[in-house]
Amino acid sequence: MQNKTRTAWTFLAPMIIVLLFVAAWPLGRTIWFSFTDANINDPTIAKFVGFDNYFGQYGLFFNPNNTDGFWASDWGAAIRNTLTFSLVSVTIETILGLGVAMLMNQEFKGRTIVRACVLIPWAIPTIVSAKIWGWMLHDQFGIINDMFMSIGLIDHKIAWTAESKYALWTVVAVDVWKTTPFMALLILAGLQTLPRDCYEAAKVDGVHPLRVFFKVTVPLIWPALMVAVIFRLLDALRIFDLIYVLTSNSSSTISMSGFVRREMIDNGYMGFGSAASTALFLIIAVSVLLYIKLGRVKMGED
Amino acid sequence: MKQNPWYLAMLYVAAVVVSLFSIFPFVYAISTSLKTGSELFNPSLWPNNASVANYISLFTVAEQPFGRHLLNSIMVSTAVVVLSVFLGVTAAYALGRIHFKGKALLLITVLAVSMFPQVAVLAGMFEMVRALGLYNRAFGLVLPYMIFTLPFTVWVLTTFMKQLPKELEEAAIMDGCGPWRIIGEVFMPLLWPALVSTGLLAFIAAWNEFLFALTFVTDNDQRTVPVSISLISGASAFEIPWGKIMAASVVVTVPLIILVLVFQRKIVSGLTAGAVKG
Repeated sequence: MQNKTRTAWTFLAPMIIVLLFVAAWPLGRTIWFSFTDANINDPTIAKFVGFDNYFGQYGLFFNPNNTDGFWASDWGAAIRNTLTFSLVSVTIETILGLGVAMLMNQEFKGRTIVRACVLIPWAIPTIVSAKIWGWMLHDQFGIINDMFMSIGLIDHKIAWTAESKYALWTVVAVDVWKTTPFMALLILAGLQTLPRDCYEAAKVDGVHPLRVFFKVTVPLIWPALMVAVIFRLLDALRIFDLIYVLTSNSSSTISMSGFVRREMIDNGYMGFGSAASTALFLIIAVSVLLYIKLGRVKMGED
Repeated sequence: MKQNPWYLAMLYVAAVVVSLFSIFPFVYAISTSLKTGSELFNPSLWPNNASVANYISLFTVAEQPFGRHLLNSIMVSTAVVVLSVFLGVTAAYALGRIHFKGKALLLITVLAVSMFPQVAVLAGMFEMVRALGLYNRAFGLVLPYMIFTLPFTVWVLTTFMKQLPKELEEAAIMDGCGPWRIIGEVFMPLLWPALVSTGLLAFIAAWNEFLFALTFVTDNDQRTVPVSISLISGASAFEIPWGKIMAASVVVTVPLIILVLVFQRKIVSGLTAGAVKG
């Protein structure tokens, strides 16, 4: 038995070493940098500054220079944008994904074609979909404005990605287009494991299909749904590339990841940026724990 | 089976709407990529005189060596796949076939790493990439990319490895096979569908990665394609060459779409094995 354990660790060693190298070490260093005034050009001369990057005069939180309040600062806006984006887009994607999954679970001719089509948005790289939608949503020559004008939905051309009151919702819409297929596929996998006899019994008893959906389908796929939602939520909370390319990281749409990169790389404030990224890391960790707890509680009630 | 005609009609309407909505943007990108000059500003779907000029300029303009960027991306993604699948298979053998203390904790840790936001390690990774002399080199991206491909590969391959029949392994041990031969000669032939799906997903993830590629490589010759596309620009800031950007988008996406459609079932099983077990 001793021998087996040794074999196990020998086979695990390369993977563990690589993960220590690319995950544990950089994470630890980033947290360390968050307590210093490091600059990107020469991090070796960094000085320890304690919690200044978090709570100091120019810190992330309780910054006395933010006379308009925390939520008016760029960091506050980044938190608000990220949370709004994540909650709204994941909710819409779950509902639409459920619908698309139910559709693909029906038997009809051409089902495989629908399945192939639905996979396409998922297969397109995020940067490419950001560029394609950026072009379709172009304020002067975009096809979306053209279509909406011709059916009378809007009366003037709208700068969807630039105007601050539309920009974040545009990002949500593009993300929904891109990731609903992923949700649909995960939910479909859950749907296909459901026992057929439940449905046959319900049909024999003449139960209304909507009632069957809420009383049988939803409770049965709840665990699969929860897992799909958590994967999407984690992805949504760290969003960067879509916003960076589609709306050029403008302050009305900047995400927490975008804020970190701007401060750390573009402005060179490695210490301050590290503090923001550590805060993001903690926010994500807390959301995951909360979600797992709440998800379990709900599962217990049913 | 319900044969209510209204129900069937609704089903088909929904199917057509969902399909069109999914493919339209890409079809429009192809159409734009074939337009040049003032025709770009005519939003009709069919170009009047289609031309491949955008595709040609993509590969001939020296300031933005797109062909070079494509090669960089192919090289980086392939190396990422080889390395993460190799490390994934060896780790999954230990995690899926051997009982030892601390296994559950290790699996949870690996899963936790896959939930990391990439920016959480950005500063530390930047320092490390520079210290190792990997800064500004396309190939240097292979190491940072392990943070998102490796946990996922380990997790999925472990799930598949657990499902393999015990008898095969026992027979091999009886015949005096060591762990390397068990993996190579007994498990590999059974695992290849799982290897195809995890390898493909790792390839796609590395191919699409943007944040690290944008941050760790600033040399124009060393870029990968997502960054290359985001930086395609015209003669002036007000002149965005949409036709060329769409042409690049099509070039980058078509191989992915072909791969995904060919390996549809394998990808779906890989995705669900990774997620459902979470």
